[in-house]
Amino acid sequence: MSEDNAAFRAEISGWMQDNLQGEYQCLRHRGGPGDEDAHPELRKQWEQHLARARWTCVGWPEQYGGRNLTPAQQVIFHEEYARAGGPGRVGHLGETLIGPTLIALGSEEQKQRFLPGIVAGTQYWCQGYSEPNAGSDLGNVQTKARQDEAGGDWIVDGQKVWTSLAHESQWVFVLARCEPGSKGNKGLIFLLMPLDQPGIEVRPIKQLTGTSEFSEVFFDGARARNADVVGAPGAGWKIAMALLGFERGLSTLGQQAHFEHELQLVCAAAKANGAARNPMLRNRIAQAWMGLKAMRYNAMRMLATSPDGTVDGAADNAGLIAKYYWSNWHRDFGKLAADVLGFDADIASTEPALLRLQQVFFFSRADTIYAGTNEIQLNIIAERGLGMPKEARPAN
Amino acid sequence: MDFALNSDQTMIRDTAAAFLADASSSAAVRAAMAGASGFDAKVWQTLAQELAWCATAIPEEYEGLGLACFETVLLAEQCGRFLLCAPYFATACLSVPVLLETGNAAACGRYLPQIAGGTLTATTALSATGLDWQPGKVAAAAIRQDDHYLLSGAYRQVIDAATAGLLLLPARLPGGETALFAVSATAAGLSATTHDTFDRTRRTGAVKLDQVRVDAGDMLACGEALDKSMQRACAGAAIALAAEQVGGAQACLDMTLAYIAERKQFGRSIASFQAIKHRCAEMMVRIEAARSAVHGAARQAATRPGDADLTLEAACAKALASDAYFYCAQESIQLHGGVGFTWEYDPHLHFKRAQAGGHWLGSSDELRERVAANLLGAI
Repeated sequence: MSEDNAAFRAEISGWMQDNLQGEYQCLRHRGGPGDEDAHPELRKQWEQHLARARWTCVGWPEQYGGRNLTPAQQVIFHEEYARAGGPGRVGHLGETLIGPTLIALGSEEQKQRFLPGIVAGTQYWCQGYSEPNAGSDLGNVQTKARQDEAGGDWIVDGQKVWTSLAHESQWVFVLARCEPGSKGNKGLIFLLMPLDQPGIEVRPIKQLTGTSEFSEVFFDGARARNADVVGAPGAGWKIAMALLGFERGLSTLGQQAHFEHELQLVCAAAKANGAARNPMLRNRIAQAWMGLKAMRYNAMRMLATSPDGTVDGAADNAGLIAKYYWSNWHRDFGKLAADVLGFDADIASTEPALLRLQQVFFFSRADTIYAGTNEIQLNIIAERGLGMPKEARPAN
Repeated sequence: MDFALNSDQTMIRDTAAAFLADASSSAAVRAAMAGASGFDAKVWQTLAQELAWCATAIPEEYEGLGLACFETVLLAEQCGRFLLCAPYFATACLSVPVLLETGNAAACGRYLPQIAGGTLTATTALSATGLDWQPGKVAAAAIRQDDHYLLSGAYRQVIDAATAGLLLLPARLPGGETALFAVSATAAGLSATTHDTFDRTRRTGAVKLDQVRVDAGDMLACGEALDKSMQRACAGAAIALAAEQVGGAQACLDMTLAYIAERKQFGRSIASFQAIKHRCAEMMVRIEAARSAVHGAARQAATRPGDADLTLEAACAKALASDAYFYCAQESIQLHGGVGFTWEYDPHLHFKRAQAGGHWLGSSDELRERVAANLLGAI
């Protein structure tokens, strides 16, 4: 690690230490997956607090309000943010998905209108991709968009589902079918739509956790301005896939810092209640530790850039397994956490540390479903990583 | 820490693969398995003398190449992939670190140049019974007489016992401390036999010592210092063994993919069945995760971490790689169907090696307990 990077690391950890306290103290380690309903308003204030110190969108180009950090520096930022207990970022869909997509593929006007709000932590986004009949088979979206010939607006009818943070957002990016009768990934449009309008209704879904991170979003004559189409009408799939390309990311190591914290909680709980003397549980805790270490090294392989420009295909393999590996690790870890708690796993705890473990047990069931189910991930690994025959797809 | 391979490292890996594809083909492995020594002397000569593989991790002062643990890992991975039958692991991956870590400069000066030059093979006994460093389970005894020691005792499981030119053997001193001795295979009173092992790709055997005379200068280290250096050396060896296992696991996946692509049932390649695709994908997940753990451990080892950290890195790499290897070997038998159960096809060679090596330098359960003790305290 260079001296510059070490200094940068110290700067972030120092800033977090100085700022994640007082009114924000209660946000430490809160608001992650499974805990997204924790202090939403305060977390939005925290986003703005981060923004004032220019700690949002740190990888974006400076002309759009970022710091243009190198990948290595971004990794350091995410690690130190997580290590300090930085709360789950309400703005992460804007910062990591739609923002980079607009920077790469949006119009100049779209960049001017949307990027500043994302950077400032004042404008929140959610993702309108999945539908009741378009989950793993995303190309089957049926939400329709037709152009109002009078004003040029797009009028949208249909339904989206599993929309994370819809009830905390002002904007949604929507993948819809704009060419009647088209099938699969042809004839789609990518729209930016304000959620606060008469034709849109957000209904939170009560999950098995009892909480509601995900919502259904209903569109009934909802409107998007023609200027808010990203890319060309009919070519929305290209934009949608480019956006998913930004999903794989540098925040991975930050996520692992959260996992590390959870593992520390499990170890502490096991020592406190005697589970640490149970050989089977010791074995599983050690296995979890090893899995986390492998995950960390795997991320470093995935993010590796060769000093002399040699291309190493192994880095791609590391990337291909990443989502499947972390999500299954975390799901197993959730079960381990509950087993360590034993009888107490079933009694909603008032101890934040134990409550966190209870949340992990339940929410980690979603990890292997969202962002590509286990089954889809294995197809992708087999087809792209091993060159095995592709699944039959209906002709477009 | 950047995880990309530089061009020298890719070259080391690719050159090794190209050499072994021919020198350690399935036919060559089977010939070596059937031979008395367990390896092809000509292949070994090329590998050790011309290609200087054993010199990789030996410092330049001892006529080695002075490269890091990482380059050894790249070679070991290819050895595992091609099921190389040779004294490479016991010599370069186990005994070289033992000689270096015990830090006896005179002994290093005596033996390492010969090993680097490919004219001497070596092995190390780790206890009376097994293949993990357990100083408490050393049964052999050493008695000092003037300028030499007399060693007597037995070691039940030693890699390449009957072929190694130099044997590094622990023995108990009268005061109860354990010491490590460098003993020539030709020393009077030393006898070695080869076990009838199921894994024929790597020989183990028993060593007996009957009043073997060893110069005092060949006592490499003893007591706490020895224990510490053996733990470090065994961690290095475990990382190399883990790399071999990753290579073996990769071979299991590759040969399975090749077989199922050709095999047709119900009018289609069985590789097109999702049940098969998912099982192969799962193999790849475990292989890549283990490879990441091994590469990470090797890169950490090169930074000379503290003893505890090094031990944990090695435990993680070895446990994940051992488990991945056995998993892929058993999947490979299953996915080959009937022919996977035959002697003719190669899956069983990996299956046997995976099981045997899985217990060397700590079984996965033992290694997890080492990690658990660090996280949770002793049980």
